[in-house]
This record gives sequence, C-alpha cells and structure tokens, in this order.
Amino acid sequence: MKIAVCVKQVPDTWAEKKLKADTSTLDRESADGVLNELDEYAVEQALQLVEANGGEVVIVTMGPERAAETLRKAISMGADAGIHVLDNNLAGSDAIATSAVLAKALEGRDFDLILFGSESTDARMSVIPAMVAERLGLAQVTFAQKVNVDGSTLIAERVTDYGFDTLTTSLPAVVSVVEKINEPRYPSFKGIMAAKKKPVEILTAADLGLDPSVVGAGAAWSAVADFAARPPKPAGVVITDEGAGGTSIADYLTTSKFI
Amino acid sequence: MCDVLVLAEHHESEIRKVTFELITAARALGTPVVLWLGTGCGDAAVAAMGGFGATKILVADSTDVSDHPVVPGAEIVASLIESMQPAAVLVASSADGKEIAARSAIKSGCGIITDAVEIASDGTVTQSIFGGSTVVHSRVTHGTPLITVRPNSITASQSAATAVVENITIAISDAAKLVSVTNRNVVEKGARPELAEADVVVSGGRGVGGAEGFGVIEALADSLNAAVGASRAATDAGWYPHQFQVGQTGKTVSPSLYIANGISGAIQHRAGMQTSKVVIVVNKDAEAPIFELADYGVVGDLFTVVPQLTEEIAKRK
Repeated sequence: MKIAVCVKQVPDTWAEKKLKADTSTLDRESADGVLNELDEYAVEQALQLVEANGGEVVIVTMGPERAAETLRKAISMGADAGIHVLDNNLAGSDAIATSAVLAKALEGRDFDLILFGSESTDARMSVIPAMVAERLGLAQVTFAQKVNVDGSTLIAERVTDYGFDTLTTSLPAVVSVVEKINEPRYPSFKGIMAAKKKPVEILTAADLGLDPSVVGAGAAWSAVADFAARPPKPAGVVITDEGAGGTSIADYLTTSKFI
Repeated sequence: MCDVLVLAEHHESEIRKVTFELITAARALGTPVVLWLGTGCGDAAVAAMGGFGATKILVADSTDVSDHPVVPGAEIVASLIESMQPAAVLVASSADGKEIAARSAIKSGCGIITDAVEIASDGTVTQSIFGGSTVVHSRVTHGTPLITVRPNSITASQSAATAVVENITIAISDAAKLVSVTNRNVVEKGARPELAEADVVVSGGRGVGGAEGFGVIEALADSLNAAVGASRAATDAGWYPHQFQVGQTGKTVSPSLYIANGISGAIQHRAGMQTSKVVIVVNKDAEAPIFELADYGVVGDLFTVVPQLTEEIAKRK
C-alpha cells in the first residue's frame, strides 16, 4: 500500500507561544520548531501498516524552509520519501487554503491512505483532515484510536464523546489518529543516516497548479482584528499545610459559594 | 432579523449543555433556528431548546444521517446555508461539530473560526489561544461565518420562545455515505458529568503516585458533583484512562472551579485548563508552576489535604 502522512512543524510543545504584532500570525522564530507531536502517531501507524502489508510511506509537509528539518525527522522514523510544499506566497494561509494546497499535493498520486495527527498543538483546529477529504472526495475516518486494513477494507475505531464508533470503509481514505493508537518509535541512528539520502520533492504553489489568489494571508476567509496577551492572573493565596490545609480549602470554597 | 443556524449537540435524546450556550449566543446575532441531526428530538428536547430562545427546530432524521459520520451532516448544513442564508452557523467545538463546520466551509465557500469563547453582536469572535495566554478577536470575512464554540465558555440564559418543529428531508449524496458506522460503543461513564462541560473539575497528576491514588481524587470529585481529570503524566503512566486527560494533547476545560492535585503545571497541562474561573492547587512542591494560576493553594501532601477537604465538604452540605 501507498501511504501519505501529512505532518506539520510547530513550536515546541513545551514552549510559550505568541503571535507576531505585524501579521497576527504565529511567531515561529521565537521557539524551536518540532514535528507536531500528534503527527508522530500518524507516522508510526503508517509504518506499522506498511510493515504488515508492504508498500511505501511518503511524508508530506507544507511550511517554510526550516520545515525541512521536521520532514527529515519524520522520514528518519522509517519513511521512504518526502514532499515539501515550499513557497513564500503560502505564508499566512488559513485552514481553507492549507487544505487546498495539501489536496493538490496529494491528488493523482494513488495513495491508498492519507494519514494525519488529530490536531496540531499550535492552531488546534482539527479541521484539516476533514477539509482535505472533502476536497479529494475521499472517505473520512478521523480521531481513530485503532486502524485495521484488510485488503481494500478499512475498519477503524473513532473516538466519540460517549465512547467510540466502529467505522468501515473502502480504501482510499483520509484518516486522522489520536495519541492512544500506538507508541511512536524513536528514529534509530540508521534511520537518521538513511533519511538524509531519501528523495524529497520540493514543490511551489505554481508547480501544484494553484492560483496564487487562493493561498497565503491575502486569501484568508477570516481576519484577526486585534490580539493581546491575557493579563496575568492576580496572585492568589498560598498557604502551607500544617494540619488544616483541607479545612482551609473548604473555607475558601464556602466563602466563594461553591459549597 | 436574520436566522442564525445552530447545530444541536446531543447524544440520542440527551442534549448537551453546549446546545443551550449556542442558542444563547445565536440570540445576539439574530433568530436562533436549531438543526437536529438524527434521532432523539422529543417534546422535552424541543421545550428545553425553546426555553433558551429557539424559534424553530429543523429535524433531519434518517438512516443516511445516523449510519454515516460527519459528511451527511455537512451536506445538510451546506444546503441550509444556501436555502436559509443564515447570518451565521454556530456549532459546538466537538469532533463532529468542528468537522461538519470544516466540510461545510469548503462546500459553501465560507470562512471558519474554531473554539470561540465569545461572539459579539457584530459577529466579532473572541478566541483564547495558546492555552489561554493570548486573547484574539477575529471575524469571518468571506461567506456565512461558520463558528465553532468551546463548551462552558458562554453562559446560557433562558429566553422563552415557542419552538416549532419542522422535519426536513435533504437528499444525501453517495459520496457522503462512503463510511458506515457498524457499531456504537458506549463506554459507561458512570454518574459523573462530562469532562468538557462540567462546572467543577477535580484533577490528579504525577503526585497521585498510581492508579489506586485516584481513589481520593474521585472521592473529592463526587463530593462536589465534579468530573475527574488527569494530567498527561498520569494518563501516560496508565493510572487513569486517556479520555480524561486535560491539556494540550487532551481535553480543554473551562469550569467554574478547577482543583489541581499533585499536578506540577507544565505548559502541556495549563493549555487545557488555564481559562478555568477559580483554580485551587494542592501540591507538596511549593515551587510547582501551577501555583502561579492558583486562586487558593495549599503546599502539602494531597493524601492528607484532599481527604480532609472531602470530609469537610460532606460536613457542610
């Protein structure tokens, strides 16, 4: 099977994130860029499926030059090739435009499965997999905690508010995975060395046949009016327990009418 | 006044509280019209939604909708955007809600904003991003605004209206039926409220020390009719199920009261609870960053402080 995994470079999960004053977009320079944590689970799932069924895994990303590191990191887990959509005109693209770019990069390549992490840790919208499925007219199986492929049949468990739904479809399909699906492997030294030699296609918006008017900040269908750092919370009261810590909390809860 | 389409969030006949929050938000923008997908829209549900100001409930109940996830719902929303020309479409920031909005946005050529915590009458949306550290105001500038609203952010308020029910039939394409639900597995959640919409959340982290340690957390939660949450350290260690994880890679909660026990307060966790209104912290490490968020904190052993608190609450009820 031929599997694409779409990944995103995001600011380090543990770093403070901020917006840039001039463009109201994420300040990507202020923190280290890392592979979006949830995407690691998608890469792992792709590798496991290929190990079981044969085939190849292609990592796809859209992002600035330094996103190449993230692409290599994902490849070093054991993937076979990469596609990097790299074009300054794409900066500031909203989810609508991003999904258009990814759909163009993916279409016509005969992928049986297109995998995503269930969200990015920066924007946290969780809409790109659904949008890409919509644009490509493919089956959508999102928030999967389990994925099994048997021939051309895909059976998955989709996490819901009340538990999970068992879903069945035929390949090709777009799938997003949640973090409980597997335990992502660490890239081996061999994998890291091999990743340097794996082929990576670099494509511009024009290469994908995209009209420049539908991508980038200027094409966004929503606009930020203003933003501000949330004022820091006034310092609260902190006491050290000397035997009545629990009672003192109860007093606080009584005063603030919670009990 | 323009109609504002609200997608009801429900599990069968059980309406989620966020539905009332959405109807309340819709009133500021126009006349709330609710779309109910699937089964369960009985008289009680209609009356409840009317109580918050819904004037009309459109019910799309067919096997097409109940047997196939997300996509039929998106086709119905897109079709209603076309026929009703609503001022906006409001849905809950749930998995289904976000994806129905996402696919409708592409179908209808409309902009989308997710995780709104407030919507002004001029359509300006407030979002609280990066774990609540930044507040953003934005607007949809293209097409009908599709806005997903984070549960527990908008306070629902009653505004009696008589809701008229209208059954609608919208043809669903074959392309929307590519995926079938073959089984719905309901995991017993017990008597506790849903984490994302609970008014009080009691959480445990690394300091709880093990699965058995969550007994004291659950006892405190039950004394306050609260949901139980866990930090990633606790869920990764297998001490508590993943679906209760609060944080960047888990659920985002915004309760009136959040009690963090044995949680250090890494960004990962704060991102999921920073917008809680009142935060209580119990941790034996006085240097734990979670104390920065505390309205009231106790430096001490949670295994003595928490049971004492639970006992006090029982006494005062």
